[in-house]
Amino acid sequence: MLEQQLLNALTLGSVYALFALGFTLVFGVLAVINLAHGAVFMVGSYAALAMVSHLNAPLWVAMLGAMLGSGIVGLLVDVLILKPLRARNAPHLAPMIATIGVGIMLTSSAQGLFGAEVLRFPEDILPAGEFLVGDVHVRALEIAIVAIAFLLMAVLFVTLKRTQLGRALRAIAESPKAAYLLGINVEGLFHVTSFVTAALGGIAGVLIGLNFNAITPQMGQPMLHKGIAVIILGGMGDIRGALIGGLFLGFAEVISKAYLSSQMGDAVAFGLLFLILLVRPSGLFGRKLERKA
Amino acid sequence: MSAANLLSIRHVGKHFGGLHVLQDVSFEVPAGSIYGLIGPNGAGKTTVFNLITGLLTPSAGSIDFQGASLIGQQAHQITHRGIARTFQNIRIFKEMDLLENVMVGMHEHLNYGPLALLLNSGACRAAEKRARERALELLSWVGLDHKADMLADNLSYGDQRKLEFARALATEPKLLLLDEPVAGMNPSEKTILMEEINNIRNRGYGVFMIEHDMRFVMGLCDRIAVLNFGRIIAEGTPDEVRNNPEVIEAYLGKEDAA
Amino acid sequence: MEWFNDFWSTYSTLVFTVGVHALLALSIWLTLSCGLLSLANAAFMGVGAYVAALLTVNLEWSFPAVLLAGAVTPALVALLIGAPVLRLSGVYLAMATLAFGEVVRITILNLEITGGPEGLNGIPLITEGWHIVLILAVTIYSLARLRRSKIGRAFEAIKEDEIAARLMGINVDRYKLLAFTLGAFIAGLAGALNAHFTFFISPREYGFENAVDILTMAVLGGTTTLIGPMLGGTILTLLPELLRSLHDFRSLVNGAVLILVVLFLPKGIWEPRRIRAFFGRNKGDQA
Repeated sequence: MLEQQLLNALTLGSVYALFALGFTLVFGVLAVINLAHGAVFMVGSYAALAMVSHLNAPLWVAMLGAMLGSGIVGLLVDVLILKPLRARNAPHLAPMIATIGVGIMLTSSAQGLFGAEVLRFPEDILPAGEFLVGDVHVRALEIAIVAIAFLLMAVLFVTLKRTQLGRALRAIAESPKAAYLLGINVEGLFHVTSFVTAALGGIAGVLIGLNFNAITPQMGQPMLHKGIAVIILGGMGDIRGALIGGLFLGFAEVISKAYLSSQMGDAVAFGLLFLILLVRPSGLFGRKLERKA
Repeated sequence: MSAANLLSIRHVGKHFGGLHVLQDVSFEVPAGSIYGLIGPNGAGKTTVFNLITGLLTPSAGSIDFQGASLIGQQAHQITHRGIARTFQNIRIFKEMDLLENVMVGMHEHLNYGPLALLLNSGACRAAEKRARERALELLSWVGLDHKADMLADNLSYGDQRKLEFARALATEPKLLLLDEPVAGMNPSEKTILMEEINNIRNRGYGVFMIEHDMRFVMGLCDRIAVLNFGRIIAEGTPDEVRNNPEVIEAYLGKEDAA
Repeated sequence: MEWFNDFWSTYSTLVFTVGVHALLALSIWLTLSCGLLSLANAAFMGVGAYVAALLTVNLEWSFPAVLLAGAVTPALVALLIGAPVLRLSGVYLAMATLAFGEVVRITILNLEITGGPEGLNGIPLITEGWHIVLILAVTIYSLARLRRSKIGRAFEAIKEDEIAARLMGINVDRYKLLAFTLGAFIAGLAGALNAHFTFFISPREYGFENAVDILTMAVLGGTTTLIGPMLGGTILTLLPELLRSLHDFRSLVNGAVLILVVLFLPKGIWEPRRIRAFFGRNKGDQA
């Protein structure tokens, strides 16, 4: 049964990594802990569900729509809230508190619009196939989830490493002031980052929603906590760390749920996280990220 | 070691990774005198202050104050031992008024316990009252007593320096470290400050300053050390330092580059 | 008097809750006044509530002893975790305290003695109005004394500039630990009081959302005075009652309030200096 568990772990871990990647990128580039990222994740899955069930859109269109929708939410948050705070040079906890507010608003709106009950994607739109590899049951859905997550992460990695845009973003992460002096459109790239990271969060929401086929307004909260766990494991602002940390958490969670009680699995994860923060706040895999003024 | 030396720095080195900021720095600050540390930008002067006040730990060497080592002491313990400082880029408490700023400096000298505080005992009230009076006195030394209940953020740059000065004195130091005390001051303010520093020395404090303004340093200091690229290249009276060929070269060479 | 009896039978729980929330807001005011953003206060409240409730139900301790134990236990926990946790600053501290809160919540969820996810039922209704009023009054008085003393000045100095505070001779680590521990004490007290008028407690009440609620009270009211957090706590307790007609959208307003305050009133709604400036008066004697 271990192989079956490993497949589950890979599926979950790849989505955690995708989610955490956006989370960590916002921290790296904007220096903001975006506590609305969990709610944006939830918005993504509702957006996809609404498109599938109300507009009869095919799943892949709904996914793109979810990315677009949650991306716009991220962009609006940056333009309407984070930008004025930057302009005022507000203390670094101000944006974090404001994003808590955004999270509450989004969750409450979803609850008001769609109700508090669990909603599901219609069974017939899910990729149906299932086959045996050895004695492991592999669902086509799981393959699709892992493939989409890794594809998006690969695109993001290549963009960050190889393109002018990626170099500019890394320059900002190093020092926004220096990047500005080099002629980089810092504000513009803040907007781009906000859009892209929220879009990644949104698609992660769709993937998790499909995997468990359960969508609730509260689904972003545990995911946010996992995202926090991942970026602390991986080092805040560290892209590679988010990938490794996400996969690690997926495996840790599945294994501890299989061999311990399901609730204690969470406690182990958070206890571990708590210990890491005390011993090595820069993360288990990450390098210390300290931005110069 | 002579008892007349307030502060002795011996063979002190500091490196950050492979970058050597200070190497084999040694000098002595005598009691009751004004001592100057000069040198081109980036020579490591502020690092010397950070090492003395416990914000950084030296990689090598020893720092003694009144015959006892400061190494391994935390910043607040060093303040308790009698060293106070001001900062090059002023660090006053902007959201407090001037009186509160100075009273923060008296922290260690207010000896009432939690119970006395809660019961608002006579001893506690008297201690707070004395502290307030003392703070006003210190503010009047620097000519800011009439602004005592102003928010520190609203002060002019020169006044902020004066406030930081009064706040440092409130810790009742034996040695006062001043990091570029006249930066941004006009000539008449400089003259007044010069007199005040002289007064402070005459009250028995030791003063140790980093300063770029040569006229100010030469006119005020009893002895001067010159730091260049992390090493002491000259030490002596202002006249000796002024005529030292290495010093002249360091400064002229610097001007070529600038 | 009949109208009062009617009012009281309908709203006594609400009035009690206002008092408890005022205490919670003051508990986070303490840490914030020292520049620490701690999200552990809901967890400390939970520890206090469970310890108190269990002592009442299982050991039948007297109420004053129960309250004391409910306050001291979380304070001891804070003392224990404070030394390592408070080395962290800014967002790292917020994350660590958040993780600690989750550890506490999940632990309560999984213990036998706490009743697990079902919570504790049938806690005797011992708390009376005057208990809350008295404790709140003593807390306000003590904090007001503290604020105007060398301790309050040390907190403020640490909040503004930690390095400058150290060089003023302030033992920064010790004062941070003091603020953190006292905050836990007050939060625990609030939890103990709360448990004895709600009849029932469960781990759900002490999670991340509750930590955020407590923070919101202080942010909304403003932390420059003691009145601010209590005002924020009161508003946020009464707001949902006033907004009952909005049903599921109710907490939308909470979120919006948080954003608007951060954007437009960075020092909260109760800020004496600004209020005085608005009425064109100079800063007089500060009360």
